Order: sequence, then C-alpha cells, then structure tokens
Amino acid sequence: MGAVFALVTVLAFVIVVYVGVGIAGLRGLFGIVIPYAAFLVFLIGMVYRMIEWAKIPVPFRIVTTCGQQKSFRWVKRSRLESPYNNFEVVLRMILEVFAFRSLFRNLKAEIKGPNLIYGSYKWLWLGAIAFHYAFFTILLRHFRFFSYPVPEPIQILDQIDSFFHIGLPHLYMTDVVILAALTFLFLRRLADPKLRYISLASDYLPLFMIYGLVISGILMRHFFKVDVTQVKEFTMGLVHFNPKAPQVGVIFYIHIFFLSALMAYFPFSKLVHMLGVFFSPTRNLANNSRAVRHQPAPWWKKPKFKTYCEWQEEFKEQLIESGQPIDEDCYEKK
Amino acid sequence: MHDAGKVIPGIIAFVLFVTVPFWTNFGKAAPKPQPELPKEYKKCVESKEFMRREHMKLLRKWRFDVVRNNMRVYINSEGRLINMSLQNECMRCHTSKKKFCDVCHDYVAAHPYCWNCHIPPEEKKGWATKEVKSLTEEASSKQPASHH
Repeated sequence: MGAVFALVTVLAFVIVVYVGVGIAGLRGLFGIVIPYAAFLVFLIGMVYRMIEWAKIPVPFRIVTTCGQQKSFRWVKRSRLESPYNNFEVVLRMILEVFAFRSLFRNLKAEIKGPNLIYGSYKWLWLGAIAFHYAFFTILLRHFRFFSYPVPEPIQILDQIDSFFHIGLPHLYMTDVVILAALTFLFLRRLADPKLRYISLASDYLPLFMIYGLVISGILMRHFFKVDVTQVKEFTMGLVHFNPKAPQVGVIFYIHIFFLSALMAYFPFSKLVHMLGVFFSPTRNLANNSRAVRHQPAPWWKKPKFKTYCEWQEEFKEQLIESGQPIDEDCYEKK
Repeated sequence: MHDAGKVIPGIIAFVLFVTVPFWTNFGKAAPKPQPELPKEYKKCVESKEFMRREHMKLLRKWRFDVVRNNMRVYINSEGRLINMSLQNECMRCHTSKKKFCDVCHDYVAAHPYCWNCHIPPEEKKGWATKEVKSLTEEASSKQPASHH
C-alpha cells in the first residue's frame, strides 16, 4: 500500500508540473518561486532540526558497542567497536559516515531445515554505498551549472564520470550506478515479505522522488533535449537572485520540481539521517562510563545530606538529657 | 543547547556547504554567452531552437551515417539537401570555432571531442566570406584518414 501511495504521489508531481508549465505556462512559479521556497524550507528546517536535537540532554552514555571495551591492560580491546576516547569516536564516525560500517555488519537470518542460520549479507551495504556516492558525485557535478568559470576539479570529475564516451552527450557512469542502486534498494523492500510489511509510504516516497529526479535528468540529457545554455543562464540567475525562467521543455521543470520536492521533504522525513548520524548518541559518544564520572542529567540536583555533627547539633538537648555521649570531634574541628 | 561548542560549528559548516553556489558567486558578474552568428547566412541546418537543443545529437547521427552507412546527404525538415560534414558544411558558415562553438561549450563546461579528429578552421578576423571557403577545403584535405 505504501509503495502505491508513494508512486501515485510521484506521478501526481509529474502531472502537476505538466499541467502547470506545459498547459498553464506558469514558468515563474515552477522555475523560481517553488525552488526558492523549497530551498528555504530545507535550510531552515535542517538548522531547526539540529538545534532541537542539541537541546535534548543525553544523560547516559548509550554507545552501541560490538567489541571489547577498555579494561585491564592485558585484555585486548577493540578501539573502533568500543571507542574509549574522542579520537577513537572520531575515527569510528568517519568510517561510519564514509564507509557505512554498520551496514557492512548486516546479517540475514534464514531457516534451513530445523536450524536458524545467520549469514553475512553485504548487498544492502553495497547498494547503499553505491547509491550515496553516485548521488554525491552527481550533486558535485551539478556545480557546473552554478559556477563560472567552472572549477577545474568539477570539470575533471565530469570527464572521469563520462569516461566511456558512450553516446553524445556522454553517458555518465554515476547515472547508471544510481539507477541500478535505486532499483536494488526498491526491490529489496518488495522482495522480502517481512521487509515489505515494515516498509511504509515514507520509505518508498524518498526512493521514488530520487528516481523521478534521476530519470528526469537522464531524459533531459539524452532524450527530450533542452537548451543547456539557457538552463545555465537560469541557474546562474538563481544564485545571483536575478532569475529568468527559461523557455525550455517541461522535462526541465519536472526535474526542478522533483528537486524542490525533495529539498522541502528533507527535514520532515527519514532523509534527515544525513545530519542525524552526527547526532546519534549511540555512535558519537565514547564508551568510558566505567572510568569517567560523567555530567549527570541537567535536572539532577545534589540531595541534601545531614552529617552526624549536624544531626547531633539539632538533637543536642535531648541527647544530653537522656545521658547519651556527645561526639566532641564535631566541635574540635571547628 | 548541549555541546554548543560542537553543534554550532557543525551548523555553520552545514549552512556554508549547502549555500556554496550563493556565496561563491556573490559579487561576481553573471556573463551571458554571446556566440557570434554568421552575417551572410540566415538559415542553419534546422531551426535555431532545434540546433541549440540537439546539434550534438544531429552531429552524432551525421557521423554515424557518413562513417558507417556512407550516406553523405542530409535532408532537413524543409527538404533542403545538406552535405553532412562538420568541417566543410558547419564551419563553412561558422568560421570561427573560438567565437562560436567554444563560447557556449566553455560556459557550460562541455567538452566535445569533435576536434580530437577534425581540424577547426584557422581563426580569422573576418566572418564567413568566400575566401574562407577555400580555407576550409584546404583544411579538409588535411583531415586524418580515421574518422573517430
């Protein structure tokens, strides 16, 4: 059901743009107003998210560990799986962010005869890393539309990506990779009944929106051509706050609309994992609770203790009356 | 806010990263590419809009037709017969690669590989004239045997 809902939503996007630009000719709305608004929602929403997260106290060290923590000197410890200091935490985070180590640990459970067997299952990791790196490269490549002169590294990246010289304009490797990875990530959810059951519309929608973004981009580059010079004049206008909506095909506006929808959806969806990974207390803390007394929760107040001397002072008369001995040490120290 | 010392630099880094196109272009002029059009010729192979959009696909088709199928004549949408040749036909009117091709290609950072094999016409100050025509013919005789 979730997949169908997401698919209908994405198709509705295409129809809205087709009607809005193709028929009603609202180029200013779809080319300028919506992209700017979406970018603002993205920027403000993401900053708001981070501030809200930072307000939440984390009174306990709740590190997820999967290795031996620091113990006696003769016990071999695992620095990455159970980081003890901030340096090890940083190493762990770098590997998590750039190499998706926790996905690499993914297992698959299967019942073989009478036995439940867990086996290594790297496909999720492979699909995820292919998708993310392809998407990031595509993002960087698009900087050629937002800079003049285009920086040399971006041009080199572009030429490496189109290295095989397939077709004209050349086919980008990342376009192929991202389509394959998206298809895998989508089919993965459909193929396994358990995974299908726990998948919601909010799992499919980002996938489909990125699909729409990628497919509209590929169509625009290779099939329904648009005048790329006009497109760049427009994008340069956007960054100079002086845009003029270009007179190009609807496919360009569909591409821009998918991007806008994705940007606006970002802070409200699972896509915030882009920032959330840095805010995960299970990942960004050192597992050193046994060695360090950590800052208690902010609502924690020191309880009022009463020393023996204070108690003796309070009941001194009664103590003397009943003939109890008085601890003279209390008075000597003063 | 907790860990403000880490969170605030993080927020600043994020904002700087996503606004790169805005601040890297701030205060810079936004030039518009102005390719010089031939003065003597008014009509290109197809309409201006089509050429702006699809010239690369057209040239690729031409290459395929000439090299693979030995077809050398293109019939355009008006029924005009056109010699399928970059050096002898396109550059006959667009006599300057620098003032025509490169203007937009540099602007959008496109790197067409046409000139890996073809020879661009010698850059001259004047525009499409009859003198230049002979020049392109001379250039075509220098064309290497392999086409791609």
